[in-house]
Amino acid sequence: MAVEDLVPTEYSAGFVTDIESETLPPGLDESVIRFISAKKGEPEWLTEWRLQAFAHWQKMQEPLWAHVKFEPIDYNAISYYSAPKSAADGPGSLAEVDPELLRTYEKLGIPLHEQEMLAGVVKERPDVAVDAVFDSVSIATTFRDKLAEAGVVFCPISEAVHSHPELVQKYLGSVVPQRDNFYAALNCAVFSDGSFVYIPPGVRCPMELSTYFRINEQNTGQFERTLIVADKGSYVSYLEGCTAPMRDENQLHAAVVELVALEDAEIKYSTVQNWYPGDKDGKGGIYNFVTKRGACLGDRSKISWTQVETGSAITWKYPSVVLRGADSVGEFYSVALTNNCQQADTGTKMIHIGPNTRSTIISKGISAGRSQNSYRGLVRTSPTASGARNYTQCDSLLIGPGCGAHTFPYIENRNTTAIIEHEASTSKVSDDQLFLCQQRGIDTEKAVSMIVNGFCKDVFRELPMEFAVEAGKLLEVSLEGAVG
Amino acid sequence: MSLLEVRNLEVDVDGKRILKGLNLTLEPGSVHAIMGPNGSGKSTLANVLAGKPGYDIVSGEVIFDGNVVNETEPEALAQAGLFLAFQYPVEIPGVSNMEFLKASLDNLHAARGDAQPNAVEFMKTVRSIAAELDLNPEFLKRGVNEGFSGGEKKRNEILQLLLLQPKLAVLDETDSGLDIDALQVVADGVNRFRSDTNTVLMITHYQRLLNYIVPDAVHVLADGVIVKSGGRELAEELEARGYAWLTN
Repeated sequence: MAVEDLVPTEYSAGFVTDIESETLPPGLDESVIRFISAKKGEPEWLTEWRLQAFAHWQKMQEPLWAHVKFEPIDYNAISYYSAPKSAADGPGSLAEVDPELLRTYEKLGIPLHEQEMLAGVVKERPDVAVDAVFDSVSIATTFRDKLAEAGVVFCPISEAVHSHPELVQKYLGSVVPQRDNFYAALNCAVFSDGSFVYIPPGVRCPMELSTYFRINEQNTGQFERTLIVADKGSYVSYLEGCTAPMRDENQLHAAVVELVALEDAEIKYSTVQNWYPGDKDGKGGIYNFVTKRGACLGDRSKISWTQVETGSAITWKYPSVVLRGADSVGEFYSVALTNNCQQADTGTKMIHIGPNTRSTIISKGISAGRSQNSYRGLVRTSPTASGARNYTQCDSLLIGPGCGAHTFPYIENRNTTAIIEHEASTSKVSDDQLFLCQQRGIDTEKAVSMIVNGFCKDVFRELPMEFAVEAGKLLEVSLEGAVG
Repeated sequence: MSLLEVRNLEVDVDGKRILKGLNLTLEPGSVHAIMGPNGSGKSTLANVLAGKPGYDIVSGEVIFDGNVVNETEPEALAQAGLFLAFQYPVEIPGVSNMEFLKASLDNLHAARGDAQPNAVEFMKTVRSIAAELDLNPEFLKRGVNEGFSGGEKKRNEILQLLLLQPKLAVLDETDSGLDIDALQVVADGVNRFRSDTNTVLMITHYQRLLNYIVPDAVHVLADGVIVKSGGRELAEELEARGYAWLTN
């Protein structure tokens, strides 16, 4: 690795792609929803489902309990659909993708050149199948043939509606219902694209799957929808990354992710979230209001969330697991870093319903600058969850005097045989630690990055290898100027 | 040329004058001991030499290896070859000892324009030094000083000294909190570091350490100035008579 790679830079994903787009004018009513649905050629049940969600949403209120502050959002000032003209008819083969789009992903370091990878031209990374979502549409999905050989379905959800209607209809909204919360309801009404994954019984997915989300257009919201179904005894590891250009206004990202694990299935879902965080004074940046939930439906199933959150002006996100199957396992490993004026209210919910269900929560919050970083977590055991176990560890690290760290743990135990443990700590990067590093020849920027990486080690080791390296570098860049 | 020259050094900490015109000269390859009662300014001297923030040089000069270093950043001092063995080494949880040593050595090499050490050779060297210091190899995988005993922390400092091979080692109360066996191991390490060019400044409250690391010169620091300098025998006199006869 070159020395330059270690030098913190500005938000490197902040460029804009100059491409002709078809973008709806701002505003939201039934006609917008019908337009989106028609654009995707959706069956009537789905159009109706969207309209129903829209009707619910109009009666709902934004949640106000999170420890974040922002001006009210004008939902009629947002455009709900934007697609590069060249991709408006959905993804064809890679050869048909607009070269300008391919260059965009190249600049972001996202490999879409399947042929080169197959031919061994690009060797740094192991094969990863990528679904690239640009504003409201999926523009390319790689390695589909190789995955199809294994029986794995990995495609844009807009396509799955047609190719696997029975699975989509069965599971869409089954984990996160339409009325779950304000942002989820909005997503149900206007979701544009996202990824669909199905792993058949007994199949171990032959490669990592990943979706890369990119917001490009101005004044648009991104409302993607991801659905992953792991059938009995299957396994899949899925990665998600996201970036956006630097813009002065705030942009809304309200996604929904649903995971379903049947008997003995395992889903590992990793996120490296690097949406534009706004500038040093808090101008601009993405509002990342996301609902992610997994259902361990089958006995002995397992769902594991790992997230590294460094971007977004505001993060409101609680990847959760509903543990229905007996002996099912839920895990949540999180690193949330806030700098400058960023705000994060993030954590998880572990809902224990089945007997002998187990969950682990490891949360590492790092606050720098004038940022506010909150952990919010719920552990609930129902009367049926005999022998349930939870272990929660929640650590906060403060860098400098201007930031805040907060912890809001909720424990609701309705089963006397359940065991719930919660540990929490708050520490500071101390002057003595920095001095020790400096005295050994390591400058303060590198020292902070090393200390923070050490603090996050328990989470990073849960990430797939190439993501762990990326996450470490991302922390370093995000901490630029944190020690003055 | 002297390796270190301290001229009329006056230092404030939190607005209070601690060093009040200190003079000290170290020739390359020499071993000097600074002794003195509690509160005389011993640790302040160690910290100010290493460039620790919060120690304000009001007047005077510190010249290290031919350069005035009054305003030099701690990492630049380290890169120039100054090493401080800490009295109370801090913990860095989650950063393994091995990783820390590698980062340190890499940065020192980079600053000097030397090639990065080969990773395999590096591991071998570290393991062999650890063995000499009676440190279990497992301990290299643990977080820096994380959960180490007092003796292990001090031995870890000497491990770093032997690995990094600075020009000047400042040992701040390295003997405190060590039992006799650990003291012997630490002293053996320091003695191994000594050479015609490697220089040592030992700061200690007790004469005991000087039985194991025999100095060329002994200085008594009291109320911010050196009040007496002499040979090895000065330490023995201090052991017999205490400090009071010099400070009153």
